[in-house]
Amino acid sequence: MSPAATVKTLKIDGRDFSAREHETILEVARENGIFIPRLCELEGLSTVGACRLCLVEVTGSNRLLASCVTQVQEGMEVTTNSERLQRYRKGIVELLFTERNHICAVCVSNGHCELQTMAQKLDITHIHYPYRYPQAAVDASHDRFVIDHNRCILCTRCVRVCGEIEGAHTWDLMGRGIECQVITDLHQPWGSSDTCTSCGKCVHVCPTGALFEKGRSVAEMEKRRDFLPYLQLMRKEDE
Amino acid sequence: MTPEELDDIANTENEAQESIAQTVRVCLAAGCVSCQSQSVKDALDQEVARHNWGGRCKVKGVGCMGLCAEGPLVSTNSGTLYKGVTAGDAPALLDGLEQGPVERLVCPTDVPFFQRQKKIVLENSGVIDPERIEEYIAASGYRALIQALTEMTPAEVIEQVAKSGLRGRGGAGYPTGLKWSTVAKAVGARKFVICNADEGDPGAFMDRSVLESDPHRVIEGMLVAAYAVGATEGYIYVRAEYPLAIKRLKTAIRQAEKLELLGHNICGTHFSFRIELRLGAGAFVCGEETALIASIEGKRGMPRPRPPYPAIDGLLGQPTLINNVETFANIPPIIRNGGGWYAGIGTEKSKGTKVFALAGRVQNTGLVEVPMGITLREMVFEIGGGVPEGRKFKAVQTGGPSGGCLPAECLDMPVDYESLARAGSIMGSGGMIVMDESSCMVDVAKYFMDFCMTESCGKCIPCRVGTYQMHRLLDTITKLQATQQDISMLEELCDLVKHTSLCGLGQSAPNPVLSTLRYFSEEYKSHIEHNQCVAGVCGKGDPA
Repeated sequence: MSPAATVKTLKIDGRDFSAREHETILEVARENGIFIPRLCELEGLSTVGACRLCLVEVTGSNRLLASCVTQVQEGMEVTTNSERLQRYRKGIVELLFTERNHICAVCVSNGHCELQTMAQKLDITHIHYPYRYPQAAVDASHDRFVIDHNRCILCTRCVRVCGEIEGAHTWDLMGRGIECQVITDLHQPWGSSDTCTSCGKCVHVCPTGALFEKGRSVAEMEKRRDFLPYLQLMRKEDE
Repeated sequence: MTPEELDDIANTENEAQESIAQTVRVCLAAGCVSCQSQSVKDALDQEVARHNWGGRCKVKGVGCMGLCAEGPLVSTNSGTLYKGVTAGDAPALLDGLEQGPVERLVCPTDVPFFQRQKKIVLENSGVIDPERIEEYIAASGYRALIQALTEMTPAEVIEQVAKSGLRGRGGAGYPTGLKWSTVAKAVGARKFVICNADEGDPGAFMDRSVLESDPHRVIEGMLVAAYAVGATEGYIYVRAEYPLAIKRLKTAIRQAEKLELLGHNICGTHFSFRIELRLGAGAFVCGEETALIASIEGKRGMPRPRPPYPAIDGLLGQPTLINNVETFANIPPIIRNGGGWYAGIGTEKSKGTKVFALAGRVQNTGLVEVPMGITLREMVFEIGGGVPEGRKFKAVQTGGPSGGCLPAECLDMPVDYESLARAGSIMGSGGMIVMDESSCMVDVAKYFMDFCMTESCGKCIPCRVGTYQMHRLLDTITKLQATQQDISMLEELCDLVKHTSLCGLGQSAPNPVLSTLRYFSEEYKSHIEHNQCVAGVCGKGDPA
């Protein structure tokens, strides 16, 4: 922290906290053990504000704000867990479950899945919107990894880690709206990708079982996400 | 270019125009071109050449005259307007210049459609040839730019714009003066001015008409804006579906560069500005400013959360001013006549005029410019001439997929930003679709939801999946297979999508549903309880 950094004070859920100037609400909450749900944000990657689960209420703003991209301001009063926010969060996670085919019982990430954990944390016991049951592809053309689009929630962590950390930019998006999907290169089979370095970062940042290592069976795909902050720290020290 | 040189061009042009006794104007904007107005112009040209009337009669291609329903339109400088002209009518029309109007083709202009309009943005539309800069200059064009550059400081320009009370014409109605002063104060190595011409609402064609009819006006507005905020580079983001507008913009930019009204050291001052075109590839969401910026940067056109707003952190991370076509088109007259003059038009909070594209079940479809505060009834029944074939008016839809459907009870409401928002709709960019009793409001809501679902970029979950689920529910209702529970689920999703979506597309996607639920709940009820669609549009079928 540079000596000139300004410190701000704010209230989160009625408690006072201090924060560095450019910190986001989510960062301050995390430092202080306040849980704000999120699925697209991951420490070490850029923020996109896409999953909308980290929305919070800020006194004086008539809009809900995504805490992962909202910087703290002096005197800000933040509510992270109102009845309304809980209702919206449940709704959003339910929508995710209806979008593709999430069958935990046969999933490599069963028991280690962020989507599953999120549903449990938000007390989701059943889905009251109808399921889409889309036909989604599985690409197992890569030597070591598989992408199962049935389990993808389009958080774009794989796209970001590949572009920002690995610098390969193998992953990207194609299609609009409900037809949107992640692709490798120009929608070629992953195994034939010229840009993929097979580093496996995408697999480990993936919150669900959409990306996994070959040879893993049900519930065996445990992911290591702590490499990201570590990697960043190492790179910073090198500079 | 000095003020004197500009006067010279204007005088030469005026003299040339006055030396010709008769001018016949043929609309060559997209509406009339699509019904063969180019062949009308060619036939007139041939006829003039055949009689060797070149010295006393000139046939001129001009922009939109407004009454698109009756095209191709031709007007003469004696004030006669002809409608539905074909190439075969050319000889009669030219004879008519001396023998009196051709009665069977005359379109009366003493009707409310023309009389109730007040033209500021469209003052040159249908009058000047959009492909000649001289004509624009002769119509006081580029006068505002010279005035701003030679007589005003940037702060004074912004002051006049703020004083005018002009609000963004793209839909949200953000005060233009405030936006300009924010960009002017923002710090950045470079600054940009972007003109948003990615008009995408179904049934809306205001911006297209302005660009096709008077492109220099938009360029001049951008130049004044660039001077005011200190920008040196500009982009016009125009959708590729507007080939004629693109062609005329390219011509206009080239002409302005040739006269050194664009480029380095404009008018001998230190002010430099260049404009480039960027073509949209057909994504509706690229009309959203952050998605538009991403698209110009060569990235996938997806919105990002704001703040930071583009005024601070826009194109390439630099302060960027983004305004709509119509907003820029309002700037030259505001500078020429002063902000106070503009503020004298319209209502307390909505100043000036607004261009609307009247479409749907209304007699006079076309483009109109009216003072803010006019009532919807005047729009639909006087200017629009009412619903044709003796049918009954049912609703008017404003603001496209982000707007709402307003029923007959709302007809006496003034058209301004606040009133429309209170009624559950929005001003939007100016699309106005009139519907009669043959439209089923559930089906209309489904149409707009289908649009939003297809045009959602897919980034945030509520918009991506929420619009899909809402569309599915509306589809079930229109298949007469829904239950009361489906309505509660629909309301719940409206609330969720409206309040949690990332950008304006998702946040406003529920508006057509919310407004029809509010004003036409009986129709939803009859679909569910009586398996009946009053309009006779919906029928039994398998829900998708």
